[in-house]
Amino acid sequence: MAEFEPRIVAFLCHWCTYTGADLAGTTRQQYPPNIRIIHLMCSGAVDSIYVLKALIDGADGVLIGGCHPGDCHYQTGNFKARRRVAILKGILQQMGFTENRVWLKWISASEGKLFADTVTKMVEELKKMGPNPMKQLWNA
Amino acid sequence: MKRLGVFICHCGANIAGTVDVKSVAEKIGKTEDVAHSADYIYMCSEPGQQIIREAIRGKGLDGVVVACCSPSMHENTFRKAVKSQGMNPYLCEIANIREQCSWVHQKEKEEATRKAEEIIQATLEKVRRNDSLEAIAVAINRRVLVVGGGIAGITASLDLAEGGYEVILLEREPALGGHMAQLSRTFPDLDPAFSGLFLKASEVERHPKIHLHCYSELEDVKGYVGNFELVIRKKATSVDRGRCTGCGICIENCPVEYVSQFERGMGIRKAIDTLYPSSVPNKPVIYREHCRYFIDGSCHRCEEVCPEKAIDFKQEDERISEKVGAVVVATGYELYPKEQLGEYGYGEIPDVIDGLGFERMLSPNGPTKGKIIRPSDGKVPKEMVFIQCVASRDPDRYMPYCSRICCMVTAKHAKIYKEQVPDGQPYIFYMDIRSDCKGYEEFLQKTIEEKRLLYLRGRVSRVFQDDGRVRVLGVDTLTGKMVEVAADMVVLATAIVPSNGVKDLAAKLRATVDRHGFLTEAHIKLYPVESSTKGIYLAGCGQSPKDISDTVSQASATASKIQALLSTDKLLQDPLIAFVDEEICSGCGICVEICPYEAREMDPHRGISMVHSALCQGCGACIASCPNNACELRNGSASQVLRMVDTFVS
Repeated sequence: MAEFEPRIVAFLCHWCTYTGADLAGTTRQQYPPNIRIIHLMCSGAVDSIYVLKALIDGADGVLIGGCHPGDCHYQTGNFKARRRVAILKGILQQMGFTENRVWLKWISASEGKLFADTVTKMVEELKKMGPNPMKQLWNA
Repeated sequence: MKRLGVFICHCGANIAGTVDVKSVAEKIGKTEDVAHSADYIYMCSEPGQQIIREAIRGKGLDGVVVACCSPSMHENTFRKAVKSQGMNPYLCEIANIREQCSWVHQKEKEEATRKAEEIIQATLEKVRRNDSLEAIAVAINRRVLVVGGGIAGITASLDLAEGGYEVILLEREPALGGHMAQLSRTFPDLDPAFSGLFLKASEVERHPKIHLHCYSELEDVKGYVGNFELVIRKKATSVDRGRCTGCGICIENCPVEYVSQFERGMGIRKAIDTLYPSSVPNKPVIYREHCRYFIDGSCHRCEEVCPEKAIDFKQEDERISEKVGAVVVATGYELYPKEQLGEYGYGEIPDVIDGLGFERMLSPNGPTKGKIIRPSDGKVPKEMVFIQCVASRDPDRYMPYCSRICCMVTAKHAKIYKEQVPDGQPYIFYMDIRSDCKGYEEFLQKTIEEKRLLYLRGRVSRVFQDDGRVRVLGVDTLTGKMVEVAADMVVLATAIVPSNGVKDLAAKLRATVDRHGFLTEAHIKLYPVESSTKGIYLAGCGQSPKDISDTVSQASATASKIQALLSTDKLLQDPLIAFVDEEICSGCGICVEICPYEAREMDPHRGISMVHSALCQGCGACIASCPNNACELRNGSASQVLRMVDTFVS
């Protein structure tokens, strides 16, 4: 059987992490192709339903990328994201997602390498965790 | 059903070297609503754009996805191209398959090809639900507020006023000039600082387009780019500005003397005084905390002697409302507070002074009339120690950054010292010498050679008083030996920190500051004079430490940027902002509280929430927090995002 390849859906803020992901490309950082990026203006715009939908549909991990605390282009959006993710993690536990499948990371526009390293690390960790348990439900 | 077009760029081999563009174009072409799918070596080139334009015409497309580099590169290019064919530009979206696909998966061609196809499919999902939008036109007020009357604020004000724009210039001190008014001479030309400044400040004072408010502060700001509403507080000067002729008789007769901050503690000031001699404007104010009339009503001396009857003890603070289209924040700097400089003896040992104190000493209008003397006994110092990087470049205890001006200021100080005291010996403790602007290195080398300055590379560990002299203990890291100098006087090149109150001001303007309190620019390289809040611009040391040359350049750059902004009749804003489905909105008001721009407000009659389209920046905070999905972002709705998630996961 082929090795399990996790699928990550990423929600990246326009000003920091999306631009950081662009910089990873410009500087030819290499990371595994398991990630699919959705561009939003701010990490504070990541609705809980986006994350839940991704996980229920079977994404193995969700990455939310925003500006470092204090650097939010919209002043406090990343703090809103941080609070939302904290609450969300409690709900996910109840739903049976016992592992840490939702990563909230602060990656600035100048941290292309950090973005590549984060994706690489996340793929490694998700491989250890194994597939999203929801997928078994769908296939049962 | 829409008729969509997909255009896949090879970007030479940048994309096509990794992604099999032909097969992607073929697969995408089989999608039901994709009427046209093509690939080309450079889509952004003129022939590439022609392919898009012809397809729009020929196939009657009403939605376009260009799969190419990041939208930050060519989104505008392609939106303009589709617009030329009558298509709404907001129906064109970019699928980023270069920076976020081909360039980062160069060894995994098959996977990269699959990923590129998925990215395009997801972008198609977005375009399917995109609406045609028009840019929001906002009326614009063509006046500018400049906060801070130092050389940065003065330069920006003059540039703008010369460009024909009305300027409101605020200075919290009673006169213009900022720290430049304290300086003796400037490097590398050694020109007198004051005469140059005086020229500019006088120009400001008499410019018909500049409304100067000294002794004034910004109390409140509302609004957004093009339409800021301000409340300015003019502090009571207790002197009728219209009547006062600046004769100075009141100052001569005032019996109250106290230590002057402007003279860095070395001179005295009266309770009624100008900020500095020959200040612009050259009219005194009563410092009420020092005036005997205000303390116990015991003195009316100035009122008695004023020949113009200009003294007005009853004067009150005045509040003025103004409207402007843009704001320049030119709030400048302070030196690192001396109370916190433990090991340097500053504030305890009278013969240890800071760079600005030495500047005052060197100034012809300063407390010593330009003579270098020890503050403790008035003797000429024969051995001088200058210490650089005091509180700079010391992340563990002080500020981690380089204050940029100290190397040159110190070289200038040592040079002037040697000119005045030819048999004196200056010692300079330094970490590195940074002299990277025009003429600086030459100035430095020439000074070191001619004046035989002794540069010691190393930090100072202790400064203490001993037998009437100031002993400086340090290490010379080039020889590895401990150094002890018994000096007559020590001058500290202290770190630059943002001036007091910038944080509060930034909060009022919704601009941001970094962890040290310096104002942050929208992009350090590409948008260095814009703050991240539209309409708020930066100039001078409030943004980062810099010398006068750089400050003037930045202030002029800021003024040009603002002139470009104000040169149009209407301001066009991106329409990708929030809107409310009035049928669904329950009027809970969460969005009103969460909005960082005051762009959301309750309609008191209908009990639902509204969006101020000119204020909304499109961050999406209200959308994510709306409990019943009543607000959405234009062309960034939840259904669009969820369908993109679907494409990526299923």
